Amino acid sequence: MKIKRQKFFMKGMTIIVKKTTQLIAGMIFMYGIYVIVHGHLTPGGGFAGGVIVAGSLILVTLAYGGEFLKLVKEESGTTIVESLATIMVILIATAGFLFGTRIFFNNFLPKGIVGHLVSAGVLPLYNIFVGTEVAASVFIIFLSLIIFKEESPQ
Amino acid sequence: MEIAISIITGLMILGALYAIHAKDLLSAVIACGIVGYGLVICFLLLKAPDLAIVQIVVDTITLIIMVAVVLDSSREESFSKLDTEGYISAATAIVMIIVLLYFFVVSIQNLDVLGKSSLRMANYYIEGAAQKTGSANLVTGVVFDFRGYDTMGEAVVLVTAVLGVLTILRLKGKK
Repeated sequence: MKIKRQKFFMKGMTIIVKKTTQLIAGMIFMYGIYVIVHGHLTPGGGFAGGVIVAGSLILVTLAYGGEFLKLVKEESGTTIVESLATIMVILIATAGFLFGTRIFFNNFLPKGIVGHLVSAGVLPLYNIFVGTEVAASVFIIFLSLIIFKEESPQ
Repeated sequence: MEIAISIITGLMILGALYAIHAKDLLSAVIACGIVGYGLVICFLLLKAPDLAIVQIVVDTITLIIMVAVVLDSSREESFSKLDTEGYISAATAIVMIIVLLYFFVVSIQNLDVLGKSSLRMANYYIEGAAQKTGSANLVTGVVFDFRGYDTMGEAVVLVTAVLGVLTILRLKGKK
């Protein structure tokens, strides 16, 4: 029974799931990016969009299976992306010290017209970096769980 | 609207009770989904679409991971008889429930009806927040401009959670 389950995870799922994943995964990814970029106009934002992006990556990984032990390189890369995104959020927050009044989280860029895509100063930048960070965090927790399952002695 | 929220909350409580008492762990995990998705409908009825989006996505991913865990390990719950430690835990839980219920009753008498009157701070946020922050979505304006520290804290909490998971789950580092 144990060996059968192992094979099931290695081979991925049925061809119906694989084909549906091929059609859908890209659209889910693009929808996540849309939610992140339009965070200052419509409901949603960095947190929601980041989890949607991570969901599309998890969908592809689970549907296609494969040897999860080979994903160690992706895991370390995701760690670097996550740390860099967090550092960028803090750097943008401290960059307000250089422009104008000395306030942490100062909105130093021009605000533009309310309702346009390029507006609201630095808020879209925060959204993008927080979205990257959340996507990387959720995906790396999932990756480390499945790699741990492969690594652990039976 | 209050009746609808009451019905959904009752369903959520029933789902949580079923999740505790279910013999099959897979159906217990599915019953946990009732709680999450009922909360989504409550958020939508209370006009909080931002929270509803986050809740529905996070709940789906959590369910997927839990179902994968249950399918990979055993589906039957392992029961054990109550020992001394179990009795102490049960007694502590009952005392906590009584204390929480008392403070709940005390605080619910001093509160207004939900959504009837807004707080002074909330009024400050609502008045001209679009001009102050330049963002059409008020929630993003509050989260990233007025309450920037909170958002940075949340991001750092996620990083810390990932660090903890990686530290616990690395077998190669332990050898």
